[in-house]
Amino acid sequence: MIGTASLGPVGAPVVLPGGVAQVPELREAAVTATGLARRFGRRWALRHVDLRVEPGRLVMVVGRNGSGKSTLLRLIAGAIRPDRGRVLVGGHDACRDAEAVRRQTALLGHASNTYDAFTALENLTVTARLTGTPTDRDALTSVLDRVELAAYRDESVAGFSAGMRRRMAFARLLLQTDAVAPRDRSHKASVVLLDEPYAQLDWPGFRFVDDLVRSLAARGMTLLMATHLVDRGVSLCDDGIVLEQGKLRWAGPAAWLGTRSGRELLDRPEGRD
Amino acid sequence: MQLTAVVRKDVLLQWRSPGQRVAILAFGVTVLLLLSFAAGPNTGALRPLASGFLWLALLLSSTLALADSFQTEMEQHALEGLLLLPVSARAIYYGKALANWCQLLVLALLLVPCAVVLYDVTITRVLALSGVLVLGTAGLSAPGTLYAAMAEQAKAKQVLLPLLLFPLVVPVLLASVKATALLVTGDPMRQVGSWAALLASFDLVYWSLCGLLFNRVVEH
Repeated sequence: MIGTASLGPVGAPVVLPGGVAQVPELREAAVTATGLARRFGRRWALRHVDLRVEPGRLVMVVGRNGSGKSTLLRLIAGAIRPDRGRVLVGGHDACRDAEAVRRQTALLGHASNTYDAFTALENLTVTARLTGTPTDRDALTSVLDRVELAAYRDESVAGFSAGMRRRMAFARLLLQTDAVAPRDRSHKASVVLLDEPYAQLDWPGFRFVDDLVRSLAARGMTLLMATHLVDRGVSLCDDGIVLEQGKLRWAGPAAWLGTRSGRELLDRPEGRD
Repeated sequence: MQLTAVVRKDVLLQWRSPGQRVAILAFGVTVLLLLSFAAGPNTGALRPLASGFLWLALLLSSTLALADSFQTEMEQHALEGLLLLPVSARAIYYGKALANWCQLLVLALLLVPCAVVLYDVTITRVLALSGVLVLGTAGLSAPGTLYAAMAEQAKAKQVLLPLLLFPLVVPVLLASVKATALLVTGDPMRQVGSWAALLASFDLVYWSLCGLLFNRVVEH
């Protein structure tokens, strides 16, 4: 088991099973977590996680239910505060400089973050107004078109299915990741956090997520993606981390998780080696 | 810009739920009616109590309106979505508080004619009364928005909001009732100005402090 992970091409190579890396910091990391811990009630959802992700890396976050994947992503996005440790995103502390961190991150969580009383277009308009992106109907319709909701743009979100709500959440994410040119370039997110992006989506939706991840990679953005679809994650991501009961169990190349040894690691709970 | 966006969003949300607005108004009218029954049929006895009953009805209805403004935010975790954007928590607070203020003011303006009919009062200084309503509802809206955000995250949200809000707004309630009573029953000593100034002072304190505290309330 490892307690520290450094993911990316800069400095020392990525950590392989059984190793602990202390990497010289040659340039500013996209995400740095140090001694990160978060508790919900009496249960520690995340325990002393150290992580360093270099800019432009695609990282898959794997683990069983309750292993701390969502908590890790939400801590990085500044949605929740750590009980111990700290998170830096692009050098900004997620607690002390939360607004700067939110400017640099875009989180796709489990909820759609929409207003049921509004139409799809109105929901996007709210996000666009607050992020300083163009609010004209055509620009926002083109975003809805990317998530295949353009035909429903004037319909209330209250009548949307779970999959359609998920697509609305993707539309919000696209606004934050520069799908349409923002008026203020500083509003463009550079670290994208996807929490179970394939959940509730149909087959074309799966392809949409794959294409989105590839397009984010092509634009040099950093991505952390929590998923149970290991094969899909392996085919898309550079690196992988495995969380178990809130602890970082393994970190290394994503491709290794697709091997027999990787499968065995995922299938076998810690302590049953 | 962000403040305007939040105000526009909240006003539109209120506009989109007319059933809820009518229910809140109906609740306020019912409170006025019940209080008039409790005081008895003598209009002479009712008149001096009219201003107190009006503000009590407004306070009780305002808890429904304030709670509703955050319930909408919690349904699909919309508030969390707002907080994840590069938007200052202060802009979100002041946007919501301003929208709630507008809503409470409209509610107050609709309850006044009902009070006039039920309690047989005559209002001559309409403009001055409007000023007191503006200041009084501002004093309810600022702490109400903060506490509604706090209560919405708790399990006993229906109980918690009035429990937290009522003791805090006692000074606003007293000043509003006194100023309104002077406008309704006569103000030979010209005291309304002092009560209005006191109300404005409370408003200033509440609007400043609550804006500073909102970030603490919504952060998990």
